[in-house]
Amino acid sequence: MYPADLKYTKEHEWIKMEGDRGRVGITHHAQHALGDVVFVELPKVGRRLKQMETFGAVESVKAVSDLYCPASGEVVEANTTLEGKPELVNKDCYGAGWMIVVKVADPKELNTLMDAKAYEAYLAAEGGH
Amino acid sequence: MSAPDAPLKLTPLNAVHRKLGAKMVPFGGWDMPVQYSGILEEHKAVRGAAGMFDVSHMGEVEFRGPAALEAVQRLTSNDASRLQVGQVQYSALTTEAGTFVDDLTVYKFADDHYLVTVNASNIDKDFAWMRERTRGNVEVRNLSDETALIALQGPKAIEILQKLTPLDLSGIKYYWSARGKVLGYDAVASRTGYTGEDGFEVYLKPQQAPALWNALLEAGRPFGLLPCGLGARDTLRLEAKMALYGNDIDDKHTLLEADLAWILKLEKGEFIGKAPLAQQKAQGVKRKLVGFEMTGRGIARSHYKIVKNGQPIGEVTSGGPAPWLNKNIGLGYVAAEHSAIGTEFEVLIRDNPVAARVVQTPFYKRKR
Repeated sequence: MYPADLKYTKEHEWIKMEGDRGRVGITHHAQHALGDVVFVELPKVGRRLKQMETFGAVESVKAVSDLYCPASGEVVEANTTLEGKPELVNKDCYGAGWMIVVKVADPKELNTLMDAKAYEAYLAAEGGH
Repeated sequence: MSAPDAPLKLTPLNAVHRKLGAKMVPFGGWDMPVQYSGILEEHKAVRGAAGMFDVSHMGEVEFRGPAALEAVQRLTSNDASRLQVGQVQYSALTTEAGTFVDDLTVYKFADDHYLVTVNASNIDKDFAWMRERTRGNVEVRNLSDETALIALQGPKAIEILQKLTPLDLSGIKYYWSARGKVLGYDAVASRTGYTGEDGFEVYLKPQQAPALWNALLEAGRPFGLLPCGLGARDTLRLEAKMALYGNDIDDKHTLLEADLAWILKLEKGEFIGKAPLAQQKAQGVKRKLVGFEMTGRGIARSHYKIVKNGQPIGEVTSGGPAPWLNKNIGLGYVAAEHSAIGTEFEVLIRDNPVAARVVQTPFYKRKR
């Protein structure tokens, strides 16, 4: 449920490095806790984000959750498919349900994130699953 | 409302919900299921087939005695004298200012016997309010702890419930009720609900609720019945524009501002809050509850601001997706001059104004 090649934030986002770019989405835990995702608000391509800056929001039927960017950088892609198919976040949170790609400014920042094992321990301590 | 640190109250179906794997949340002091399989799926089951809700957390208060009708008339805004035995009425428990202590349904069981059903989070407040303002030969009793309530809603509800009762359910009209056996237990079957669908609410003894719940689940399976939580209950009632106390109606807004003039019967005689309501009816309201749909991309949520030309004109009281209509909808109070159908305004979503338009309500109306 938590792929080993991703890094995780305490706010339940993941980032996957593809060269100097990082693909970003929310974790299985996050999509499960939200329930049916009905709306995703994403930034425009070109926007510059600092690490853990809010880059958008994901909404389920009942809840609104801010999205935090795991690493500083410029947004180079946003998954506009989610505008019409927000349910992809539930169905495939590490695949088709990705949210943005950032050109990562400082790869060293990723060292502050959790690996899969640490994230699972974090969830267990948080009372997650 | 219970103190925040008080232990959550449990309905007689609490263990059943947990066994079914429901997601439980605190609601108005109660530990309640918010969803089972998913809010969207449950919502669609109710519109297309049937859904079942535990609403045992709701409160029931009984008025018994020769002065029962007089007491109900004095406390509520609708005209309970029009009720026949078995009939049900939507009404309001009004403050001296013509605002809401609560909204409720009134049942007439006999000339000297009425029952009102109130919101879970208001039980203690309502009961104290009603007892303090009731005089004469009538006994007011809080039956909430000895009453369970299961709502079976949707176009297939009648067929499912009919399998478990000798009552002729098709003979019970909308907003009427009947006493009889359901699964062999003494019950009241009421053709009412909070979803905008046809269906029944069944009142019975708490210790019998789990057996009825399980029997309905079994009988309903071939029809596509799903157990539903408070999440779907909220999206269903919003599509049907049924007010939620604490969101759309409260002790700050009057019945007329809440667009509930149809439960205000000024000609019936004296009742609490009549004078200010009569005055407001003559003068007109300054703000009004309207239904709107989002025409821009975004979901309105309660407490979001409503603006027009950059100026604040109101606030959202309920908002969210309308799963059956594939739209995002909401309710909110706006200045009366902006309340006409077709009026365009914006809802501030994370500081961005997103376009919305006042529309006719209810948003959803079932075919009869």
